[in-house]
Amino acid sequence: MAEIAPRTLEGSSPVGSSDSLPPNRLLQAYRWMVLARVLDERCLSLQRQGRIGFYAPLSGQEGAQVGAALALAAEDWIFPAYREIAVALVRGVTLRSIMDQLIGNSTDLARGTQMPNHFAFRGQNYVSASSPIGTQITQAVGAAMAAQFRKEPLVTIAFFGDGATSSNDFHAGLNFAGVFRAPTIFFCQNNEWAISLPRERQTVSKTLAQKADAYGFPGVVVDGNDVNAVYLAVRAARDRAVSGAGPTLVEAQVYRFGPHSTSDDPRRYRTDAQVASARERDPVTLLKTSLIAQKLLEESADQAIWEDARRAFAAALEEAEKTTPLDPLSIFDNVFASRTPRLEAERTEAEASLRSGGAN
Amino acid sequence: MSELTLVQAVNRGLAEAMRADPDVLLLGEDIGVNGGVFRATEGLQKEFGAERVIDTPLSETGIVGTAIGMALYGLKPVAEIQFLDFIYPAFDQIVSELAKFRYRSGGQYPCHVVIRAPYGGGIKGGLYHSQSTEAFFCHTPGLKVVIPSTPSDAKGLLLTAIHDEDPVIFLEPKRIYRSVTGEVPEGDTRVPFGSARIVREGTDVSLFAYGAMIPPTTEAAEALAAEGISAEVIDLRSLVPLDERAVLASVEKTGRAVVVHEAARFCGFGAELSAILAEQAFYSLKSPIVRVTGYDTPFPYALENVYLPNTEKIATAARNSVRAG
Repeated sequence: MAEIAPRTLEGSSPVGSSDSLPPNRLLQAYRWMVLARVLDERCLSLQRQGRIGFYAPLSGQEGAQVGAALALAAEDWIFPAYREIAVALVRGVTLRSIMDQLIGNSTDLARGTQMPNHFAFRGQNYVSASSPIGTQITQAVGAAMAAQFRKEPLVTIAFFGDGATSSNDFHAGLNFAGVFRAPTIFFCQNNEWAISLPRERQTVSKTLAQKADAYGFPGVVVDGNDVNAVYLAVRAARDRAVSGAGPTLVEAQVYRFGPHSTSDDPRRYRTDAQVASARERDPVTLLKTSLIAQKLLEESADQAIWEDARRAFAAALEEAEKTTPLDPLSIFDNVFASRTPRLEAERTEAEASLRSGGAN
Repeated sequence: MSELTLVQAVNRGLAEAMRADPDVLLLGEDIGVNGGVFRATEGLQKEFGAERVIDTPLSETGIVGTAIGMALYGLKPVAEIQFLDFIYPAFDQIVSELAKFRYRSGGQYPCHVVIRAPYGGGIKGGLYHSQSTEAFFCHTPGLKVVIPSTPSDAKGLLLTAIHDEDPVIFLEPKRIYRSVTGEVPEGDTRVPFGSARIVREGTDVSLFAYGAMIPPTTEAAEALAAEGISAEVIDLRSLVPLDERAVLASVEKTGRAVVVHEAARFCGFGAELSAILAEQAFYSLKSPIVRVTGYDTPFPYALENVYLPNTEKIATAARNSVRAG
């Protein structure tokens, strides 16, 4: 059997090469990453204070998410999992809109139907996320097939983690994409942990990227802490997809610094020392060091970036928290395009129950 | 008008929808060159090409997952699952995704996929080519579930399904794919959802059924008529949304109800129908509601005739219902 050796893009197009992110975009990437980090830290604390019900942090994955998002065009479709807040930010989703969903208020675009982190932002082609693992992968392929059918030159990208590579839809999705040469990018953020299960217990494959080999298209491994390397890998995958050459699997190797979610205690399955060691390659710090070395950033300007992010977050949070709560009867909306007689009757029943205080 | 079998009417409905709307496309296993294992898509790939009649790899979650992606994008995919018994690899996509997309996105992402699947027994199909598990889907908010029993309804309900804005599980009674024939009108003659069909009017007892149970239920009503019992036969056609008014009106008239389906009895669709009658037509009932259904066993192969409701079982149940009060 032939040796399976996925191409590694790390270092293949160093910063400063003509394809790389130019200084102004690199600096912008850094701002997005700082903003995502600030949001992440604040939301973990808000959950502990009971101001949001749940949160799934992304710290450690900012470089992978921002790099991938910067490589996409506005018309491309994002099929996220539930940890892709930095992607949403790059796409132009406002902090306010994110906070509306995390709180579940009356301006939440998902109308309070979902747990925090399960966003849908149609205006940014950011498709509704769900909790089941991997289901968005086949959907991204279907949307890509539809774009192909209509001869619209765009791509779809599915975001998922290392755990999802064991799911039914990962294999079905990659297989369909290979057969139909769908213009899809499979973007795996291998953060080493699927809740408590380490990457090496998920699969004995040497890499996750090599799984693409079985489906007949390229799989690449990229250092997910290097925003520019991720950008280059996803851009290459996008070019390939738009040219009609088919899909690519990109494995961005990162580390999940935080818990799986606010309901998880990672000390049950990994040591603080392991996390500390991973934090030595913190994508935010790596980029900051690189920007300073290139004289694109100074310490004082960096301070201002963090302060701006904190201020922007605080303002969005304040707005979102003072927004009115949802109309309780909105639970009957959007089940179908219009309410069936049965739903209409149940709505009337709920209305009466609310009026007599029965809802509490 | 032309005289068609039920499966030919399905084919006719698909062809007409595809001619009228370039966004309608089909995907499934063996539906292209082979025309489907029951020939429901016969000739369609030839007419519409391989890009609109897509033979897929053998993965139900792949079929439904990609159909969802196509629908989100704005196409109108009609997915075929070869047998309802094989739908379970796609159950996550149907229940967790398809049914909830509109809701969970606050209306931003409607997801209109039609899933066609032949269902039901009586064809010597054993455990895995015979089941009637419509209740799984009826129990999932966000899905519409329809089942035709005649060729004209097959075409009319299918056209409605394809033009609807919500996901539709379209179940085809394969046992009567070819044994039932009927006149099918030409053109866009949609049959609305949520509207039951009175197959036969009666005054003594209401017989509720759908799909492949309509022929034996109608035969039972004929046999009862010869004994002086006037049975009304209602073809529900659309389980979600259900025509509750028609169901209640019939029982308010007859005072007696027999519910017929092939699926296992416990938590089957008949349980819901019985509950609706008990809640809303209790004072009209002269005798207990009776269910004539498959037994609570897996679907047997050699002894499927023991398992399935038939004319005799239905007539006996109706007779007992009338004698009881």
